[in-house]
Amino acid sequence: MSRLTFRHAKNGCMTFLMGVFTLAVLIPLILIFAHIVRMGISSISVDFFTQIPRPTGETGGGMANGMVGSALLIFLASCLGIPVGVFGAVYLAEYGGSRISTVIRFAADVLAGVPSIITGMVAYALLVVPMKGFSALAGAFALALIMIPIVLRTTEEQLKLVPVTLREASLALGVPLWRTTLKVTLRSALKGVMTGVLLAIARIAGETAPLLFTALGNQFWSGKLTEPIAAMPLQIFNFAISPYEDWHRLAWAGALVLVTVMFGLSLAARYFGRTKQSGL
Amino acid sequence: MLQETDTRRWQIEKKLSGDFVFKGLTVVFAFTILAILLLMVEEMHRESLPALAKFGWRFVTGREWDAVQSSFGALPFIWGSVISSVLALFLATPLSVGTALFITEIAPQRFGGVVSALVELLAAIPSVIYGLWGVLVMAPWLQQSVEPFLSERLGFIPVFQGTPYGVSMLAAVFILMIMVVPIITAITREVLLTVPQSQKEAAVALGATRWEMIRMTVLPYGRSGILGAVILGLGRAIGETMAVTMVIGNTPQISLSLLSPAYTMPSVIANEFAEASSKLHSSALMEIGLILLVVTLIINILARLLLWGVSRQRGRTP
Repeated sequence: MSRLTFRHAKNGCMTFLMGVFTLAVLIPLILIFAHIVRMGISSISVDFFTQIPRPTGETGGGMANGMVGSALLIFLASCLGIPVGVFGAVYLAEYGGSRISTVIRFAADVLAGVPSIITGMVAYALLVVPMKGFSALAGAFALALIMIPIVLRTTEEQLKLVPVTLREASLALGVPLWRTTLKVTLRSALKGVMTGVLLAIARIAGETAPLLFTALGNQFWSGKLTEPIAAMPLQIFNFAISPYEDWHRLAWAGALVLVTVMFGLSLAARYFGRTKQSGL
Repeated sequence: MLQETDTRRWQIEKKLSGDFVFKGLTVVFAFTILAILLLMVEEMHRESLPALAKFGWRFVTGREWDAVQSSFGALPFIWGSVISSVLALFLATPLSVGTALFITEIAPQRFGGVVSALVELLAAIPSVIYGLWGVLVMAPWLQQSVEPFLSERLGFIPVFQGTPYGVSMLAAVFILMIMVVPIITAITREVLLTVPQSQKEAAVALGATRWEMIRMTVLPYGRSGILGAVILGLGRAIGETMAVTMVIGNTPQISLSLLSPAYTMPSVIANEFAEASSKLHSSALMEIGLILLVVTLIINILARLLLWGVSRQRGRTP
């Protein structure tokens, strides 16, 4: 075999191998997705959206309290996480000196890599212990800690894309810098900021670990923010590890709803953010 | 004289103006990030002081975990975390790099775009859903077909000895691999896109085949970035909680066999923290959390330094 044939054969082999690897990556992922859709559709019903879980042994029931609980937790976390993330990003993009900005940016990236269960423990130490009980507020605080670095980094990237000339035009008209930032810079970057916010919400909507010992979960409706509250991911977890067939069905239905919501959010984020998000 | 008071008034007005207040606000929010990071380390350290004082270094070498006897050693959890993450990364790295190369270098642009969008979408599936699939579909499959085969045919190797339980170290390794592959692939793809076209063209012009072009230009150029992506994946795998908790079997033991159940650091926190029986018990769990936090901080700092190097090469601010 000539040297050239060998090199071409090697090239062919490696190309084939990379194709096989790609298939090996995609197949389990597609299997999981197909299974969620199949099991979810066969388990879902109107009751799922209107009822709360039944006691063990009874069939039927739904996750209505978990859905409302999750929505409330996400809302509360957003109230805390979005302002900190967005205004922190304004500092980095508009005011910060280069060295201190780099440090904060780096801290945000590192914070984004902290395991989510740790944020749960920190929220436990800071809120659950002093308030003497598990609560929706503690859960929302833990979720906000996860949200902040995501919102901060995407917002900052978007603010940097706003042309300097736009800011200069506004300043030249005598508009103070802070009003320029709010009414011109942030408004021009609004779509991009929305992308970051939606991605962050998609991320926290499925978070389970930080809620385990903050929001704790609740079999029933909860009336107060200082009480334990139900959340969908927690219910999926509890039902999945239970031995009951009927609860497994509820878990699959919950998984389908959660995945649908997350894909919806991702698509919306893609729509708002035509500029590609950088994972670096 | 008159002019001087004017200047003073002007200075005071400037201090009270919207600009000053607004800037102050953004400064506070920006430094919140640093504060959160420091607060995390401080709180975890403070809460784990009782365990630190009682056990000292014995905590990380002790093998016994008994809440009733108040005897806590974290070695089985450290072992479980290290083995499951390292093996998962060992399997995931070639798959991810191969897929990223396929997307950027081999597939037609549109098809590559579809594959990469799919991978990114799948990276967004929450870990509890991977766990649900793992415990209800994958673990029974492992127990019925894969693990009996391994223990019968390859049982002479200690790694594959034992009864097939389904929920096991092997299941944890598989689920972690499935979960980190999309993350490493997405980042590696971005790194590979930074390789200058001119370098690739130069290699091809010298008569290199496509694989030789990849070996000579793409991989060397992207080396540090790929390493960063893999280390970032390691950080994710070590901190992964829900999916692993659901499939690893939650048994604090150190066993060479992949077929036996094990336990990881995040799993024991997830299972026991809310119902910790004593102050010392919750403090011991906090110390496990502290170890986990410090390890993931180091891993992430390393990964970010490597990846920031790449985006600086690309010539834009990171």
